[in-house]
Amino acid sequence: MEWLTPDILTEPVGLSHFLAVGAFLFVTGAVCMATKRNTLGILMGIELVLNGANINFVAFASPYFREDNLGLDGHLMALFVIVLAAAEAAVALAIALNYYNNYATIDVDKANELKG
Amino acid sequence: MGVPDQILPILLGLAVLAPLASFVIILLFGPNLGKQGVGGAYVATGAIVCSAILSFLAGFIWLSSHMPPATVHHHDEHHEASDHAESKQHGPELHGSLEQDSHFALAKFSEEVEGDESGEHQDEEHGEAAQHDADADDAENFIPPVYTGHWYSLGRFMVGTPYEADVSINYYIDSLTIIMFCMVTFIASCIHFYASGYMHDELHEFTDPEVIMKDGSNLVRPGRYHRFFQYLSLFCFSMLGLVLAGNIAMTFVFWELVGICSYFLIGFYVERHSASTAANKAFIVNRIGDFGMLIGLMALWASLGTFNFGDIDRNNDGTPEEGLFSLMRPEASNHKLQAPDGMVALGAKDRIEELVLKAEDGTTREELEDDVAEMIPVWREGELEEDSTKYGYTLLVIAGLGIFCGCVGKSAQFPLHTWLPDAMEGPTPVSALVHSATMVAAGVFLVARFYPVFAPEVLFVIACTGCITLFIGATIAIVATDIKRVLAYSTVSQLGYMMLALGLGGWTAGVMHLVTHAFFKSLLFMCSGSVIHAVHTNEMTEMGGLRKKMPFTAYTMLVGCIAIAGVGIPSALGLPFGLSGYYSKDSILEQAYSYMIVNPIMGSVFFYAALGGAVITAFYMFRMWFLTFAGEPRDQKRYDHAHESPKVMYVPLVILAVMAAGVAWPFFGELGTEGDTYGFGLYNFIEQGRPLGLWLENDMASNHMFSDWLELSWPHESKSHAANIKGPVGLMAIGTAILGISLAAAMYLWRFLNPEDARKAFAPIYNFLVNKWKFDEAYNAVFVKPTHVVAWCIATFDKQWIDRFLESLVFGTRRISGFLSTYIDKLCVDGLINGVASRCYSIGHGLQKIQTGSLRQYVMFIVVGTITVFVLLSFWSYAIAQ
Repeated sequence: MEWLTPDILTEPVGLSHFLAVGAFLFVTGAVCMATKRNTLGILMGIELVLNGANINFVAFASPYFREDNLGLDGHLMALFVIVLAAAEAAVALAIALNYYNNYATIDVDKANELKG
Repeated sequence: MGVPDQILPILLGLAVLAPLASFVIILLFGPNLGKQGVGGAYVATGAIVCSAILSFLAGFIWLSSHMPPATVHHHDEHHEASDHAESKQHGPELHGSLEQDSHFALAKFSEEVEGDESGEHQDEEHGEAAQHDADADDAENFIPPVYTGHWYSLGRFMVGTPYEADVSINYYIDSLTIIMFCMVTFIASCIHFYASGYMHDELHEFTDPEVIMKDGSNLVRPGRYHRFFQYLSLFCFSMLGLVLAGNIAMTFVFWELVGICSYFLIGFYVERHSASTAANKAFIVNRIGDFGMLIGLMALWASLGTFNFGDIDRNNDGTPEEGLFSLMRPEASNHKLQAPDGMVALGAKDRIEELVLKAEDGTTREELEDDVAEMIPVWREGELEEDSTKYGYTLLVIAGLGIFCGCVGKSAQFPLHTWLPDAMEGPTPVSALVHSATMVAAGVFLVARFYPVFAPEVLFVIACTGCITLFIGATIAIVATDIKRVLAYSTVSQLGYMMLALGLGGWTAGVMHLVTHAFFKSLLFMCSGSVIHAVHTNEMTEMGGLRKKMPFTAYTMLVGCIAIAGVGIPSALGLPFGLSGYYSKDSILEQAYSYMIVNPIMGSVFFYAALGGAVITAFYMFRMWFLTFAGEPRDQKRYDHAHESPKVMYVPLVILAVMAAGVAWPFFGELGTEGDTYGFGLYNFIEQGRPLGLWLENDMASNHMFSDWLELSWPHESKSHAANIKGPVGLMAIGTAILGISLAAAMYLWRFLNPEDARKAFAPIYNFLVNKWKFDEAYNAVFVKPTHVVAWCIATFDKQWIDRFLESLVFGTRRISGFLSTYIDKLCVDGLINGVASRCYSIGHGLQKIQTGSLRQYVMFIVVGTITVFVLLSFWSYAIAQ
């Protein structure tokens, strides 16, 4: 029954747990981007991916988990990613609105003009 | 040295440049100068009038500082007085006895002895005389005043060798230069005025009546008024430059410029076939002469390394570079002609090599050069025991003959005289300019300028050429019916007179005839132009009686005819007086007579040819005048159409008539100081420029070339003015003139003799003369035809062999290049490049398929790609760890 209780469930909360949550968020986001046909859904997936990465930064920055941590650099990177996400959301929503204006839909499968 | 030294070159230089400036202005702005370029005439005329003013100013400055010596007793009739002056002029050579002239050859020995003494005497005097001060009384020591100077150096060649030569622009001003300047600019001014009226047809569209187009109509072309004056200006510039030139290279340049200008002007009606061929003929015939001139130039340069006429003090340091004249006639040997050291060294090259070979070891270069310098006088005189060749003398003769060759071409002497009558194709003002003041005068001028260089052999050739030319020209002129051709052959004949005079030692007589002839011949040509302008034909058979219609032309032309015939009162009948031709022609005949006394055989040939020529001259000139102006009109239609020319044309005629009558009158200047001499005239002015040393060469016959078969001596010119020569010659001259005129009057005015009968009686001679002695046919047969045959042969060879060879080469080359093109270029090079291109294209085409444009797919690619990268990295690091 040992395989039912892996170390991660038994040991106290540490770096691995944060990384697991981040990875989960990242994969969820990536899957969301790959499967959603709705532009807004894809934007949400992007947010999930970014935040998954952010969790990793913050976890690696914590002095409680590792001796050689990233320190304030990790926090700063996280802050940058948040700013980046905000800017990206603004631009992407503008694209989405224009897209809707032109095609009367926000289904990305309809947008295949870049096909070579 | 004073004012003239400074100011004369400036004045004359400006006089040369004014026509050039006019040429450039008309060249650049010609068609825009006034309506139809009429302003070109004003520019050109203004320029030449400026030149004339400057020239006359220079003439006055010259006269004020160098009054010509008055010792020439041109018009004396007192035997005693003449004796006195004669002895004074010749000093030791003539012991006051005129009879000695006839025993001249016998008296040679004593002369030589005396001559040496006089030489020493002169050497002492030279120190003072060298300051160019014309000492009027002492003709023996008279040195012609000369100004030489340097303007601009074009290039120095072979610096540092004995043949170092400087080609530069410099000047040589003596009384000949001044007289030529005044004469050329004055006549050219008259001709410019005249031409501005004569050429008025060119002011609008010009219909050329002699050029018929393919459709039968006449050629109509734009007028070329300004272009005519442009060429005239260039012509004047070239001629003036030629006269001012201070070295033979510069002379040659202007010589050629004169040639090209005559080419332009003779071929002015270029559309007429006859005009363009005449222009070509003039140019090509002149090239033949110029070839000889180039040989002469080479002989001079190769041996002497200088082209300058006079000594030029370039650095103003008192050490002038010696020019040709002082090399040929060194002051040390009393200006006697001798081959200069350079020529001797070149002629005796073999001797110098012998010296070098014979030299012992250890002889330095300086010693060897000293030896050569020591031997040069020996070689020059041919005093070696085993070898009496006069080294260098041949070169001297070649140089002289070469230069004379150029003059033969330019002055239309036999055998190159054929271009001149054809040159009548140009407009008449051009004929007047070419045949009086510029082109043909250039040749005679150069002979006069180069006189100090001519050896006796050359002078003999010059005299023979002149004699033949004057006879040929005069005889053809008898039968010519084209009014301009009569004048053209007359020009040929008169040029022969000049050459004859120069060749016989009559330097002053020849130059004087050049000047007087320029005046009356330009007058005659312009009169004939006025006639042609009025009746629109050149044929005298269609004229007659025109004196009523055009009195100015008729009577000015009569003045010209009298002048050229040499009518005057001979000195034997009291006061000698006549028109200009009288003075110059008499001087020539006197010189010929004086020559005949010394050399009975050759001299009588020359003298009687000149005398016969004088009869013929008077005859054909008055034949022309009677046919044109006297009698009844032979063509009523042309007569009715005739009219006097406009004022701008006949006023120059009147001016020139006055000059033709009076240019030689000995009235300007002050009276002579001696009882037997009076008046300064053109003659004295010209005589002032007579080259040094001529009268010391009475024994010019003692040279090796002629000594075996021909003994000749050249009497000094001033001897020809002695009363025992002047008397009979004057009578003979007036006799010839009267004979010629009365013969013409008998045949063409009073009709005692029917010209038709004479023509029939002498039919073979008449035909021979009408065909111009068959010179053109002979040249055609001897030169042109063989040239054509040779050219045909060469052309055939060219076509048959060279062309075939070349064509086979072309064929081979084409085959080889075709092979290379197909197999190398197209297959390999193109294939490589096209293959790469098509490969790239197909790869791109394949990659196009994954460019789906689907966003979700791209995300999948990213994810899958990232995972693949991680997986691969993991495997890789695992493999390294293992």
